[in-house]
Amino acid sequence: MQHVAIADQPDELHDPDTFITKYIWSQDHKVIAIQYGLTAIFVGLVALVLSGLMRLQLGFPDTFDFIDPNAYLQFVTMHGMIMVIYLLTALLLGGFGNYLIPLMIGARDMVFPYMNMLSYWTYLLSVIVLLASFFVPGGPTGAGWTLYPPQAILQGTPGYDWGIILMLASLAIFIVAFTMGGLNYVTTVLQARTRGMTLMRMPLTIWGIFTATVLGLLAFPALLVSAIMMMLDKVIGTSFFMPALVSLGENLDYTGGSPVLFQHLFWFFGHPEVYIVALPAFGMVSDVLATHARKNIFGYRMMVWAIVAIGGLSFIVWAHHMYVSGMHPAFGFFFATTTLIIAVPTALKVYNWVLTLWQGNIHLTVPMLFAIGFIFTFTHGGLTGLFLGNVTIDLPLSDTYFVVAHFHMVMGVSPIMVLFAAIYHWYPLMTGRMFNETLGKLHFWFTFLGTYAIYLPMHYLGFLGVPRRYFAMGSTDFIPESAVSLNASITVSALIVGVSQLFFLYNVFWSMRHGKKAEPNPWHATSLEWQTPDVPPHHGNWGPELPTVYRWAYDYSVPGAPEDYIPQNHPVSAEEGTAGEEEAHA
Amino acid sequence: MKLAIVLVLLVIGSVLFHFLSPWWFTPLASNWDTIDTTIDVTFWITGAVFIAVNLFMAYAVYRYRHNPKRRAHYEPENKKLEWWLTIITTVGVVAMLAPGLVVWADFVKVPEDADQVEVLGEQWQWSYRFPGEDGKLGAVDARWIGPDNPFGMAPDDPAGADDVLVRSNELHLPLDRPVKLLLRSRDVLHDFAVPQFRVKMDLVPGHVSYVWFTPTRTGKFDVLCMELCGIAHYAMRGYVVVDSNEDFQSWLGEQPTWSEIQGIPPGDAVAGQGQYATCAACHGAQGEGNEALNAPALAGLPDWYIARQLAHYRSGIRGAHPEDTYGQQMAPMANMLPDEQSVRNVTAYLDSLPAAAPASTLPGNPKAGASHYTTCGACHGAQAQGNYALQAPRLAGQQDWYLKRQLDNFRQGIRGSDQRDNYGHQMVLMARALQDEQSVNDLLAYLNTL
Amino acid sequence: MKFFETLGQKPWLTPDTGGTAAAIPLETDQLAAARIALRFVMTIVSVLFFLFIITFLSRSQYPDFQALAGAPWQPFTDTSRLWINTGFLALSSAAMQFGLISAQRNALRGAITGISAAVFFTLLFLLAQLYLWQYLQALGFYVGTNPANSYFYLLTAVHGLHLLGGLVVLANVVFRVWYDERPDTLAGPLQLCTTYWHFLLVVWLVLFALLSSKPETINTLAALCGF
Repeated sequence: MQHVAIADQPDELHDPDTFITKYIWSQDHKVIAIQYGLTAIFVGLVALVLSGLMRLQLGFPDTFDFIDPNAYLQFVTMHGMIMVIYLLTALLLGGFGNYLIPLMIGARDMVFPYMNMLSYWTYLLSVIVLLASFFVPGGPTGAGWTLYPPQAILQGTPGYDWGIILMLASLAIFIVAFTMGGLNYVTTVLQARTRGMTLMRMPLTIWGIFTATVLGLLAFPALLVSAIMMMLDKVIGTSFFMPALVSLGENLDYTGGSPVLFQHLFWFFGHPEVYIVALPAFGMVSDVLATHARKNIFGYRMMVWAIVAIGGLSFIVWAHHMYVSGMHPAFGFFFATTTLIIAVPTALKVYNWVLTLWQGNIHLTVPMLFAIGFIFTFTHGGLTGLFLGNVTIDLPLSDTYFVVAHFHMVMGVSPIMVLFAAIYHWYPLMTGRMFNETLGKLHFWFTFLGTYAIYLPMHYLGFLGVPRRYFAMGSTDFIPESAVSLNASITVSALIVGVSQLFFLYNVFWSMRHGKKAEPNPWHATSLEWQTPDVPPHHGNWGPELPTVYRWAYDYSVPGAPEDYIPQNHPVSAEEGTAGEEEAHA
Repeated sequence: MKLAIVLVLLVIGSVLFHFLSPWWFTPLASNWDTIDTTIDVTFWITGAVFIAVNLFMAYAVYRYRHNPKRRAHYEPENKKLEWWLTIITTVGVVAMLAPGLVVWADFVKVPEDADQVEVLGEQWQWSYRFPGEDGKLGAVDARWIGPDNPFGMAPDDPAGADDVLVRSNELHLPLDRPVKLLLRSRDVLHDFAVPQFRVKMDLVPGHVSYVWFTPTRTGKFDVLCMELCGIAHYAMRGYVVVDSNEDFQSWLGEQPTWSEIQGIPPGDAVAGQGQYATCAACHGAQGEGNEALNAPALAGLPDWYIARQLAHYRSGIRGAHPEDTYGQQMAPMANMLPDEQSVRNVTAYLDSLPAAAPASTLPGNPKAGASHYTTCGACHGAQAQGNYALQAPRLAGQQDWYLKRQLDNFRQGIRGSDQRDNYGHQMVLMARALQDEQSVNDLLAYLNTL
Repeated sequence: MKFFETLGQKPWLTPDTGGTAAAIPLETDQLAAARIALRFVMTIVSVLFFLFIITFLSRSQYPDFQALAGAPWQPFTDTSRLWINTGFLALSSAAMQFGLISAQRNALRGAITGISAAVFFTLLFLLAQLYLWQYLQALGFYVGTNPANSYFYLLTAVHGLHLLGGLVVLANVVFRVWYDERPDTLAGPLQLCTTYWHFLLVVWLVLFALLSSKPETINTLAALCGF
C-alpha cells in the first residue's frame, strides 16, 4: 500500500512513453479501464455465443448433433457465470468504475495505481483459468451457475472433476482481483475528491459505483468462503457441505454436511451481486437521462437515499432465492417482507427517472434511446420480481422459465441497455470521436425490440410450468404443442438480437478511426469528466491545476443562466450567489 | 416521436399478448386456489403500474421532445409528490404482500389429519414409501442403502416391516385427502413439482423436507424434477395418479411391503437351465445372440434387467407397439414362462454364463463415438458395465446391430413410450440427443472397444 | 450521524465560491488513503472470518460434529500448546508496537530491532502452527475425518496466509524506506502495519477461543445464532 501515487504531484508526473508502459503495464486508470472493458466484452461475446447454442437446442430440439445434454448444461453454466461475474461485474466496476471515478471526482488517477494495474492482470488470469476449463478432460462444469453441491462435485454432472475445480479457482482469483480494484475505488472516492466536491455534489454514477463496490467488498467474501469449502470437499474429502449419500449406487465417505448451508452462503453473496450490477447501472442511467433531457435528475437526494437503502437491504433478502430449498419454511415470512420492502426505494427510482423526463427538453440521441429503453425493461423486470419475491407466488413459479425471464429482464437486458447507453454516451470522451448515429439507432431498435420479443413470451412458458435447465421437454401432458413453436420463435428473436450486436462492434471499431472528431463536450454535460483540458484526457487527466467544484452535477436549464447547462467547475457569478442564498433562506 | 409510439404499442401489445396467449397456468388440481388468488392480485396491481408508468413515459417523451426554443423546467425535487408516491407504492406493496403471507401461513402449517407419504428422489428417478398399517414410517439411513435395499431401510426397526415400498415412478393418491409428502433424497438436490398442484419443494440429501396439499381432481399428472440434478435432470419424470379412495386402496394393496420383499426366494440356476431351452433356440445355447434371428446376446446382461424386460413383455409395456416387429415376436415367448419364480430361475442361469464378445458389424469411428458416450456413461458407466442403482443395463458385449435398432426404436417412441415404462421414457429423451446415423455408428464403434 | 447529516444536504441550493470547498485538502494524503484502505481490509477480513465462524456454528449442530475440546482425549482440552503459540504472536505484536514507538521518536535502531523481532516471532508462530498441524495429524485428527478438524486446519491456514500477506507488505515498507534513504517516513506506514498485526492477534484470539471451546459452549453460541 505504499506505492507513492502520481495522483497529485503533477511535477513528478512522467508520461509513459514506450508502447509497453503506455498500453500494457499501464498504471493509468483510463488504460486499465479500457483493458478491463475489452476483456469483459470479449468473454461476454463468448457467453453470447453459448446462449445462442442453448437457444438452438431449445427452439429446435433433436436437430443439432453436437449439443447433447452434457454440452447443454455446460453452455448454461458458463453462459450464466460469465455474464454475471466476468462481464457485468467486471465491465461496470472494472471498466466504467475505473474510467469514471477519477474523472468525475476530479482526481488525477486512482490512489493506488500500481494495485489497480495488478487488479486488471489478476482479473485476466481469472478469465484465462475460466476459459481453460473448456479444454480440460470432461470440459467445463455443468452444475448451473449456482454450483450447488452435492451435484457440482459428483459424477453425473458435466465437468465434475477438472471443470468445477477450475471454476472455483477462477472465482477465487476473480475475488482477489475485485478486492484490489474495489479498495481503490472506495478509497479514491473517499480520499481523492477535488476541492469543492462534497459527497452530495457527486454525480449519481459515482454514488452507484461507490455503493456497489462496498457491497462487493462485503459480499464477495461469502463466495470465497463457499468456494474454498467446496474445493476442500472436492479435493480433500472434507464434509462441509456433503451429507452421507449414495452417488450412482456408490456409498461415498461423506458424512453429515449441509447442502443448504452452501446455498445460504452463495446467496448471501448472490443477492448483493444483483445490486453490484444494478446500482452502477442505476447511477449511470440517471446521468445519461439528466444530460440528454437537459434537466436535473429529479429528486437527487431521494436517488442517493434509495441507492444507500437498496444497498443496505440487499444483505437481508438473500433467502428469497431459497423459498423452496427445504430450509425452514418459517424463514419465508421474514424474507418475503424484506424483499417487498426493497421494492419501495426501487420504485421511487423508476418514478424519478420518468419525472426527470417530464417537462424536460428531450434529445433522442442514441444513449438516450438506450436509457429510455432501460426504464421500460427495468420496470417490467422489477414488477415480475414482485411475483417471485412474494413467497407464496414463488411456489408455482420458482425453477420455471418465469424465473429465467425475470432475471434476464432485470439483470441481463436492463444493465446491458445501460452499458450500451454508457458506451455511446462516453464514447466521444474515450476516443475523441463520435460514433455513427444511424448504426447506433439500428443497434438500439434491434436490441430493444428483440430482447422484449425474447423475454415477454418466456414469462408465459413459466406460468405454464415449463421447468428451466431442461435439455428437452419431451412429451408431457400439460404443455401444449404451441409452446414448442413459441420456443422456436424465441430462439429466432435471440439469434437476431445476437447477430445485431455486430452493428455495435462494427460501429465501435470503425468510428475509432473514421468517426467525426468530437467536440470537447459534445452533449453539453455539467459533470467534471467532460471539463478536462484535452479530449480524450491525457495521463493525469487535468492540466497543471486540479479543477475546483462550485456546484452540484445537475445544473441544467437553470433559470437565468446564459446556457442550458453550467459545468460543475464554473464559478458562481455574483447575482447567482445571492439568488442561491435567498432560496436557501426561503 | 417514433419512440413514444413504439412504447405505447409495446404496452398495448403486452396487454393483448396476455389476453390472447393460450399459455397460462394449468387447471388447478389441488386445494391451493388461494395461491392463484394471490397471483391474480399481484398481476392486476403490477399490470396497472406497468401500464401507467410506461404510458406516462411515452407521453413525456412525446410532449417534451427537443425544441430549441424551449428550456426544460428547473425543479430539483418535489417533497410532496415524492411522499405521495412513497405512500401509494407502500400501500400497493402491502396489498400484494399481505395475502401472500396469509397463504404462506397455511402452507407452513400442515393439517393434523394429513396422510404421510415419503417421496425418495435419486438420480434420476422417483420412488415412494407408504407407512403401512401401523401408520409409522420405519427408520432409514444412507448407510443401509444397497442393491437389495434401495430405500435404506434400517434392518432392525420393526416400524419399517409393514412399510409399502413403491419402486416405480408412479404415485397414487386418494382424492380429497390432505397429504403431507416427506421429501428425501439419496444423492443430490431434486425438486418434487406437479404444476397442477402449484406447490413444490426441494429434496435435500441428509434432510427431510415436506410439502402438503389436497388433491381435488382425479386424473394423471406429470411429476417433474425442478432442481438441476445432473445430466439426465430433464428425464427425471414421474406421475401422480389421483384415484377415488377405493381405487387407491386396491392399488396400495398390490404394492409389496418391506417384509414381503425380503421374503422373496433367490432364483435357482439349475432349474433355470431347463426353462432356458426354449430361449436357446434363438438366443443361442450360451446366450450369445444371433443376428440372423434378430436375437440379442443375453449372457452378460444383469439379472434384474432381464427380469424387468421379461415383465415388460409379459404385461405389454414392450413388444406391443405395431411397428415393433421383433418385439412382437418376443412377447408370446416371454409369456411361456409360467410365473415370477421361473423368471428368477432363468435369469439366475443366464447370470452363470460367460459374457460374449461379439464382432462389430457397423462402420464407425470410435474416437468420435467417445465424446457421444460421455452422456451415456453417466448412467451406463464409464466402461459400459451398467449400474444397478440407475437401472442402466450393461452395454459392453452387446451386439451392435441390436443396440442400433433399440436406439432407433427409442428415438421413434416404438420402445419406451408406454407410460408405465419408468426407464424407457428416459431413454426416449436421451436417444434423441443423437441426431444422425453416423453418430449412432460412431457411438457403437466406441462401445465395441470397451 | 455525520453521514446522515451529509445525506440531508440540498446540493443545488449551495453553489459556493469556495467556502465549503476549502474543507477538503487538495493534495491527496497518501498515508490517509492507505489508512482508509486498511480499515476496509480489516472489515473485509472480519467479514471473511465471521462467515467462516457462522458456518462453523451451523455445521456444529449436525450429529457427526466432534468438538476438539471437552473430553480428555481431545487435543485442545489441554490448551498449553495453543497458549505457547499465542505467546509468540503476542510477542510479535508487542515488538511491532515497540518498533513503531521507536520510529515515531526517530530512533532508527530501536525501530529496526522491533521490526526484526516482530518478523522473527511471526515466523516462529507460523512454524509453531505447522508443528501443531503435525501434532494433530500424529494423534489421528486428519483434515477430513471430522468437520471440527476440517475447520481447525482451514481457519489456521487462512489466518496464517493473512499473516504472510502482512509480512510481504511489511517487507515492502522497510525496503522502500531503506531505498529512499528517508527513515523519517517509516513511522506512518509502520503504524498501519502495527494496527494490522494487532488486528490479526485479535482474530487469532477469537479463533483460539472458538476452536478450544467445549461442545456445550459451542452449542450455546449456535443456539444464540438460531441454529
